[in-house]
Amino acid sequence: MWRDHLTEIIVFAVLFVGVSALGFVAAKWRRPDTMEHLDEWGLGGRNFGSWITWFLVGGDLYTAYTFVAVPALVFGAGAMGFFAVPYTVIIYPLFFLVLVRLWSVSHRHGLVTPADFVRTRFGSPTLALLVAITGIVATMPYIALQLVGIEAVLKTMGVTGESTVARHAPIIIAFAILAAYTYQSGLRAPALIAFVKDTLIYIVILVAVFWLPSQLGGWGAIFDAAQAKYDASPAASDGLLLNANNQLQYITLAFGSALALFLYPHSVTGVLASRNRDVIKRNMSALPAYSLLLGLLAMLGFAAIAAGVKPLPGANPGSVDTNTIVPVLFDKQFPDWFAGVAFAAIGIGALVPAAIMSIAAANLFTRNIYKEYLNREASPAQEAKVSKVASLVVKVGALLCIVLLDPQFSIDLQLIGGVIILQTLPSVALGLFTRWFHKGALIAGWAAGMGLGMWMLYQIANPATGRMHFAGSAFPLEKFGFDTKATIYVGFVAVLVNLVVAALATLVLRAGKVTDGPDGTVHDDYFVDEDSPRRGTDSEGEPVAVA
Amino acid sequence: MGEPAPDRRPGDRDHSPWNWLLIVPIVLPLITTFYNSSSPDLLGFPRFYWQQLAYILVGVSTTTLVYRMTKRRSSGPRIPASRSSREG
Repeated sequence: MWRDHLTEIIVFAVLFVGVSALGFVAAKWRRPDTMEHLDEWGLGGRNFGSWITWFLVGGDLYTAYTFVAVPALVFGAGAMGFFAVPYTVIIYPLFFLVLVRLWSVSHRHGLVTPADFVRTRFGSPTLALLVAITGIVATMPYIALQLVGIEAVLKTMGVTGESTVARHAPIIIAFAILAAYTYQSGLRAPALIAFVKDTLIYIVILVAVFWLPSQLGGWGAIFDAAQAKYDASPAASDGLLLNANNQLQYITLAFGSALALFLYPHSVTGVLASRNRDVIKRNMSALPAYSLLLGLLAMLGFAAIAAGVKPLPGANPGSVDTNTIVPVLFDKQFPDWFAGVAFAAIGIGALVPAAIMSIAAANLFTRNIYKEYLNREASPAQEAKVSKVASLVVKVGALLCIVLLDPQFSIDLQLIGGVIILQTLPSVALGLFTRWFHKGALIAGWAAGMGLGMWMLYQIANPATGRMHFAGSAFPLEKFGFDTKATIYVGFVAVLVNLVVAALATLVLRAGKVTDGPDGTVHDDYFVDEDSPRRGTDSEGEPVAVA
Repeated sequence: MGEPAPDRRPGDRDHSPWNWLLIVPIVLPLITTFYNSSSPDLLGFPRFYWQQLAYILVGVSTTTLVYRMTKRRSSGPRIPASRSSREG
């Protein structure tokens, strides 16, 4: 009953409303001359310094869903759920090496999206369109997952109902507010809110990590309780350590997720909004502070076992919603007012990434579909206008994913999202280093990787939940004819095949002297810094200096 | 916007032997045999957990070191680069 949670609800609501007000004020923050330009609305003026970038990119990569789902995974499976820690260690050196180049070339050519880069580099509107659509499709369910995070919190506070409308009304209201201030303030809104979000989250986690063990007999006792649970469980894949069959899955999932992360359009948005290369590089050594937070939070999954937390019922009769593990743990162990603060941290934590993701998807639509195919002469003001409207459409789409579909289905979609966004790796990430690949070969590789990835995901069943298809990302190698019980991450295999096909097709197309697109970039573009002037591109895609 | 690219400096400035150091935090967390055991434990945390958290510190120190060693000097001679230096 919600009446038992009145204090929590009031604290949650006050913080939530305060932050929303901040979102509207953000339009005036750092006083842009005009918001009628995509650089201002969609990239915050491309002028964020180290601190803002730290909060923005951190708030972008570590989402409400991460904070809810990773501990839930650890609660259920143990060691396997901890893959999120190596994953978030690996991404920063990768970002350090790759994204500074993307920043430079984007600065020089005024690029806004990863597909913009592909368009300029490979001179192929078709390839750019594929990258843009892949990005939009992969981002939608990711936004929907932010709602799953808020919903877990609302459910724990008893703010839920029997009918579909009653169950989703609070989320629809929250999202309408989010949509309104994102429309008005663009990327400045999540950048400003991220300060509040992260302050709250840091406080909550530090308290949780020190306070909860003191209540539960120390970390030693917590791990003992978890060990006892996994020993008693019939499942073969859980435990405090990895077993022989899931180590390969652990490695490929951590590595594949890291590669996928910087291909997601919203990561690119956060990075392109920074002022110069130094800001990015410096952030790559400061951002892992969040990884520490994530690791500690993950282990709250064990604390929940020791505290005897039972997940709340799921949407279907008989099912459980493991995403409620951490909220229920907080509800049980914290005083009401502090549980309210913790819930607000998770709820607000959903708004920041949801806003950035919808802006990133909207930019993709504007630059790579609207401007490329619908209105080639679009002015910057028209671009900004289209992006604003597209960001609303994207959010409505994400909302429909949750309201009309089973939330579990949204989680499956996100799983697919990770696999498909990886298929843009050869054109986006490798494209930053080499122009060797032929544009036609990249399209062929994309198609091959996408096809194989979907087939593999379709083959994955989970007998425990009775799902026959799309029940996870761990593909049993025995289906490829290997005599083993080991599993491997689908995205990793799919992107390898994509690369092989792209390489072979490049050799064939070059041998056949098939025309390739013009490269609109020059070597130096990948190293320029903020003091360099921007260039334009003439009608043939040849670079010209802007006078 | 001023004159066309008067201040472009030579390329390849990202290439530094220090960058190789970044391989360490990329590869280390992927070798599960290094940490997939429960002993020795630390403050009650099995080795699997504390060692992977420790890798975060390895990541921070290597990226900080590489950043400092490859940081560009803010001033210095600026040599206009050739426009035709296309990447192959």
